[in-house]
Amino acid sequence: MSTMENADLVNDRKKILQPAVLDLKEVSVLYSGKAAVKKVSCQILRNRITAIIGPSGCGKSTLLRSLNRMNDFVDGVTIEGEILFADQNLYGIEVDPVQVRRRIGMVFQKPNPFPKSIYNNIAWGPSINGYTGSMDELVERSLSQAALWDEVKDRLQESALNLSGGQQQRLCIARALAMEPQVLLMDEPCSALDPISTSRIEDLLFELKTHYTIVIVTHNMQQAARISDYTAFMEMGIMIEFGETDQIFTRPNIKRTEEYVTGRFG
Amino acid sequence: MEQLSPIEFPVGKGSNTSIHKAGMRWGEFVIKIWLQVCALISLVTTAAVVVLLLVESVKFFKVVSPLEFFFGTRWVPLLEPSSFGVLPLLWGTMLITIGAAVIALPMGLACAIYLSEYASDKIRAWVKPTLELLAGIPTIVYGYFALTFVTPLLKTFIPNIQVFNALSGAIVVGIMILPMIATLSDNALRAVPISLRQAAYALGATSYEVTTKVVVPAGLSGVMASYLLAISRAIGETMAVTIASGQTPNLSLSMLESIQTMTAYIVQISLGDTPAGSVGYQTLFAVATMLFLITLVLNIISQWILSRFREVYD
Amino acid sequence: MAFISEQEYQNLQHRHRKARVFQRCCAAVTWASVFLLAVLLYQVCADGLGWLDWQFFNSFPSRFPDRAGLKSALVGTLWMIALVAVFSIPVGISSALYLEEFAGKGKFAKFVELNIANLSGVPSIVYGILGLAIFVRYFALERSLISGALTMSLLILPTIIIAGREAIRGVPMSIRYAALSLGATRWQTTWAHVLPASFPGIMTGVILALSRAIGETAPLILIGAMTFVAFLPQGPMDSFTALPIQIYNWVSRPQPEFHELAAAGIIVLLVVLLLMNATAIYIRSRTERRLK
Repeated sequence: MSTMENADLVNDRKKILQPAVLDLKEVSVLYSGKAAVKKVSCQILRNRITAIIGPSGCGKSTLLRSLNRMNDFVDGVTIEGEILFADQNLYGIEVDPVQVRRRIGMVFQKPNPFPKSIYNNIAWGPSINGYTGSMDELVERSLSQAALWDEVKDRLQESALNLSGGQQQRLCIARALAMEPQVLLMDEPCSALDPISTSRIEDLLFELKTHYTIVIVTHNMQQAARISDYTAFMEMGIMIEFGETDQIFTRPNIKRTEEYVTGRFG
Repeated sequence: MEQLSPIEFPVGKGSNTSIHKAGMRWGEFVIKIWLQVCALISLVTTAAVVVLLLVESVKFFKVVSPLEFFFGTRWVPLLEPSSFGVLPLLWGTMLITIGAAVIALPMGLACAIYLSEYASDKIRAWVKPTLELLAGIPTIVYGYFALTFVTPLLKTFIPNIQVFNALSGAIVVGIMILPMIATLSDNALRAVPISLRQAAYALGATSYEVTTKVVVPAGLSGVMASYLLAISRAIGETMAVTIASGQTPNLSLSMLESIQTMTAYIVQISLGDTPAGSVGYQTLFAVATMLFLITLVLNIISQWILSRFREVYD
Repeated sequence: MAFISEQEYQNLQHRHRKARVFQRCCAAVTWASVFLLAVLLYQVCADGLGWLDWQFFNSFPSRFPDRAGLKSALVGTLWMIALVAVFSIPVGISSALYLEEFAGKGKFAKFVELNIANLSGVPSIVYGILGLAIFVRYFALERSLISGALTMSLLILPTIIIAGREAIRGVPMSIRYAALSLGATRWQTTWAHVLPASFPGIMTGVILALSRAIGETAPLILIGAMTFVAFLPQGPMDSFTALPIQIYNWVSRPQPEFHELAAAGIIVLLVVLLLMNATAIYIRSRTERRLK
């Protein structure tokens, strides 16, 4: 297959509209009555990377955390609007937040491996969720998916804390992948890492999107432009613009977006 | 990348996207109830103390008028003619507490200043655990120390001192609460930001001026809280004063005589054969109620100061 | 060439002298406190070491100093530690876990926290009165080991809870978030990650609290631990004596021989406490190494 054809194929694939995995309808997040996210509506499409950008304090992390109910652990948070996941509202009364987090995984800003062995870091999630298959296989597959297997296969029983920061973050990604999540949420996963580790993780995300749906919050606009298919720009809790990444970065519809992506503020 | 095979999760049966409740997690529920019950035990304990002391004190005050109890100057509860003036016991406790405070408050603060401002990390790492060890010694040991070491030592300077005397008790209680003041105040002083010290040094202050005019005032609420806790501890202290200071209710100003504190009285009654239900037995609860209330008030003030202190620096 | 006037120079000298004197005073007071500990230990050892022999450990109390020993007291204390540990450790750790992991930060949690802080300041003798009224009288457990152990457990619970909460709070939130984001329940997170990570800290607090229970005398006097027990307790319902009670008994006798026996008893008590503290330090250092 020639390079030309390959590029066409990629473009074609992009044009095929994927079904929405998450459908946000006028979502507001309030911290003890004060809105940190205001009436956000958008769709997260399957097998695509959606980036959320915006100045710090704009509510992008808050929005991300409301997508797998991690905000439940912050006192005084209330959610308005609907977030539909496979036709179920994440905040419906019949919904079990624990189940939500099994389906929608998360990777955090700073690598946060458990102070246990590398193996157990991966195996714990599936084991508490009743996984009955071969754990060794699952660990190997998850670590391979996170491009970490070759580096750690000989020391699976060593403490995860001995890994470098970049390796730890990939371990955290592998740990989330072991649960086979429908969606993977990433909260500035590279902000604590050096440029080399960052580029490894970016490559990894590119590969992962053939199997997973990824939402990534980043303060790094170049990163958003490099890796994402769709970009949402937020400011002061409002989603100013949402669209294909090319469009957002080259011909945004809204002036604020243009000012931000061209670096005139923020 | 190799093709992924779907993982089978027997837990979330049915569609892999279901997020509905799969039923009650009974194990989790039971555990939560257990934890809650355990946390409630402390509330029940408080309630039990308060109710017990209240009920028994009410019984006591049905027989003895509060006027006599709070303002009487003779405490002779077991012999006829009996008299239930609690002032001598209160005074005994105060003598011990004041004496201990005079020793421990300045010395404790000096220790804290040395540890936080002057001592090298190496010395600190060595002295602080030693002081904590001193704080962990059972009070009965201090009682022994008072009786067999402090009092004989005092006798060489003050020949007319009694075998059981308030001074010796006050000294050992002072020694006992000193480490508590030192370690708590040290924590308070170390919480004062370094930048404050640097600012003062940059203005040309000496270490003495920095310590007394900047660091101690800034950490004062923590120091005060430690003082109050220590005083409360001295008031509630039992064995050392029982052994060292005797069993003679006494309104005397002299620290060289035998006295009786509230705690020592409680010990005396419980060692004796006072029949349960008698007025003499009920005095136990009346005195304990006073002890409880006094220490409670001191503790609450100390916590209030501490909580304000935390707001400033956290 | 003078940069400052003579008067300013004198003034500066004076301020420096003051600073030096102050520093030395503080140092002297601190070393005096440490010295006091040495004097205390020396005094106790000088009085009591001569009495420490097999006969002392293997005899019951006696009217004759030569024949007196602390067998029943030592066994009583060991019983006490065991029973207090059984009662207070699970309840204390559970309370701490509840307050840190489950109660949230609402008014109820604040109230319980305030209550525990106040309980930890209640004089031990008041706990004794509580034990006497509740366990000995109301539940009719008599003047038994179990009454004493329950009273002591109530006494040290606040200490265990406060130390436990501190240790639990030391576990980084990111660990909890990691577990929760994998679809773990609160309890699974607590059991698998929070508890193991905070365990060394909790155990240190527990051991320090237990050693406080061993040294406490006043509550046991109130409960009515007997001073003259010429038998070994066979079960939790038996009456008993304990080391501090036996020591108090000996101290309060006028004869100097009994004071020396008390000193010997104190040495035994302090050695038990020292062993427990050493255990706490050992546990802490071992787990720290494992985590690294």
